[in-house]
Amino acid sequence: MKLDLLAVGLSMPGLAGWVASQAVLRGEQAHALAELPPSAMTLLPANERRRAPPTVRLAFAAAEDAVDNGGLQPADWATVFVTSEADTPIIHRICHALAEPARLVSPTDFHNCVHNAAAGYWGIAAGCRLPSSSLSAWDFSFTAGLLEAGALALVEELPVLLVAYDLPPPVPLYASRKIAQPAALALALRAPGNGPALARLHLQSGGADDAESRCADVSLEALRLSNPAARALPLLVALAQGRGSVVLPAVGGTLRVELS
Amino acid sequence: MNTPMPPLAVLNYSLTTALGAGRAAQVEALRAGRGGLAPQRFEHCGLEAWVGEVAGLDRPLPTQWRSWDCRNNRLIELSLQQDGLMDAVSRLRARYGAARIGVFIGTSTAGVQQTERAYLLRDRNTDHLPDWFNYQTSQNAYSVADYVRLRLGLEGVALAISTACSSSAKVFASARRALAAGLCDAAVVGGADSLCLTTLYGFNALQLVSPEPCRPADAGRRGISIGEAAGFALLVPAPAEAELGLLGYGESSDAHHMSAPEPEGRGAAAAMQAALHRAGLAAESVDYIHLHGTATPANDLAEDHAVFRLFGAAVPASSTKGYFGHTLGAAGMVGAAVALLAIEQGFAPGSLNTQVVDPALQGRILLEGRELKLRQVLSNAFGFGGNNCSLLFGRLP
Repeated sequence: MKLDLLAVGLSMPGLAGWVASQAVLRGEQAHALAELPPSAMTLLPANERRRAPPTVRLAFAAAEDAVDNGGLQPADWATVFVTSEADTPIIHRICHALAEPARLVSPTDFHNCVHNAAAGYWGIAAGCRLPSSSLSAWDFSFTAGLLEAGALALVEELPVLLVAYDLPPPVPLYASRKIAQPAALALALRAPGNGPALARLHLQSGGADDAESRCADVSLEALRLSNPAARALPLLVALAQGRGSVVLPAVGGTLRVELS
Repeated sequence: MNTPMPPLAVLNYSLTTALGAGRAAQVEALRAGRGGLAPQRFEHCGLEAWVGEVAGLDRPLPTQWRSWDCRNNRLIELSLQQDGLMDAVSRLRARYGAARIGVFIGTSTAGVQQTERAYLLRDRNTDHLPDWFNYQTSQNAYSVADYVRLRLGLEGVALAISTACSSSAKVFASARRALAAGLCDAAVVGGADSLCLTTLYGFNALQLVSPEPCRPADAGRRGISIGEAAGFALLVPAPAEAELGLLGYGESSDAHHMSAPEPEGRGAAAAMQAALHRAGLAAESVDYIHLHGTATPANDLAEDHAVFRLFGAAVPASSTKGYFGHTLGAAGMVGAAVALLAIEQGFAPGSLNTQVVDPALQGRILLEGRELKLRQVLSNAFGFGGNNCSLLFGRLP
């Protein structure tokens, strides 16, 4: 499967935006964890912005970064949102409330707890009526999303914005699902064409000897392992360095991505 | 965009709802006009509501799958045991190899009921959840696809789609793309959602739960009745040894509101139109429409606008939510299975519990089941976040 990558968006601790993160990803500057700046959510109408929970804000930070970097018209891009856990802070609040005698569930919490909440808000913000999917595949979520986005771009001939994100679950869920850092990224993908692109990606099943790529920087490697969306970091490093091929973890094996 | 597609053959399929386990139980009840909704007594829930509960989910999973034990996986297990599905998958595995069969499963809440129970039984001093709580095999959305792939011994691409109530309609589109892109040679698609307090109290908070059995399209409809269901289908590119297939699908977004449909039904119409385009068929070719038909005032009206715009009042249509309730993330698969059964049986089910059709609705609602020669059937599934998916099934040439 071959795809053109038109733009990248990034929002991870110490990697606040794709453009601002180039020096770190190229290895010219050490990575250090830093608190994520709040998402501006400039695309979302004020009414919806007030109701958007932190998970949606995290997804928007990466998606809006990709839109800005690529000069994209978001209404023209189909979307694939991929998150292993969606909104664990809301799941926590709802399950907490259900364990009390009154069982009072907030209506806003309930509609925000669906796995596709970020996709729904994005559709409203972008005015996008194109197909949109929301997926989960545990720690393999990013790769599953990349394959879904790739198939959508090639088979339906639609440009696709892929957004991967996950937030750390609150206590006590954290003990059962150790996502230690928030992380989000977005890739603008379409079928290979003649227009300008950051890179062409060639996706193929990894061989039996292929080992998952790691990040050379110790801090980036820790970040990679801290969040399913951050499993994409070796791909972003290769992109920033303008070369190479990476092996990503996938359901049942690995996925090799060659950049050209 | 929306170019005609080569059809996919449905090699086997199964459905388990409050009407019973397997295809025959659905057919018998749909033909008899006998519903499966009952006043809810679920988990000491005090809400005045009717639910479509599946019988036989009180037995734990077999020993070797005990770490996966939760209501949702029990429901999946029960459904996988029906209609020769496991044997059919074994034959597929022998033919294509485990690594070339993909798994695409839709759910909205997976095993959240296990998390609800864990919070209820948590240590209130330390906040620790009980040791039996297994997050990965119950709460996580992907648990539905992971259980199916491990249980069926499959090693290909796998994912869970969770777009609320359109989830398990979208799996057909996702599987078709994966097949067309060469990611797999055959696909197991399906959906599973089980009763939980989150959806009962959540929909209640949105004032969308009916205190009586739901009455789709009725002038006096008062909201949804929640049900649970699981179902699966095996897909390969046609031609194959199968009479029925997926002819088309359409997906769209409303870009309107998180929990209310766009009132004119433009997104719904776009999804149905795209399904027709992909099948290379005109609206006149559709013989019956299985409506999403949740029985909320807003959904039924918006869907009717969309159906009337595309089909006029000519095509018979009905919702089956009065039989087993709104099965949420499983609703797409329920619709797919009902569409396939309807074609096979030459029978369009009636809209159970609908007494007086809302005069504001312009489409042709079937109040009673009817013997009809059905070649092509369209089924709708629409979800929160304005996520729409329509599937078109028919006889293969």
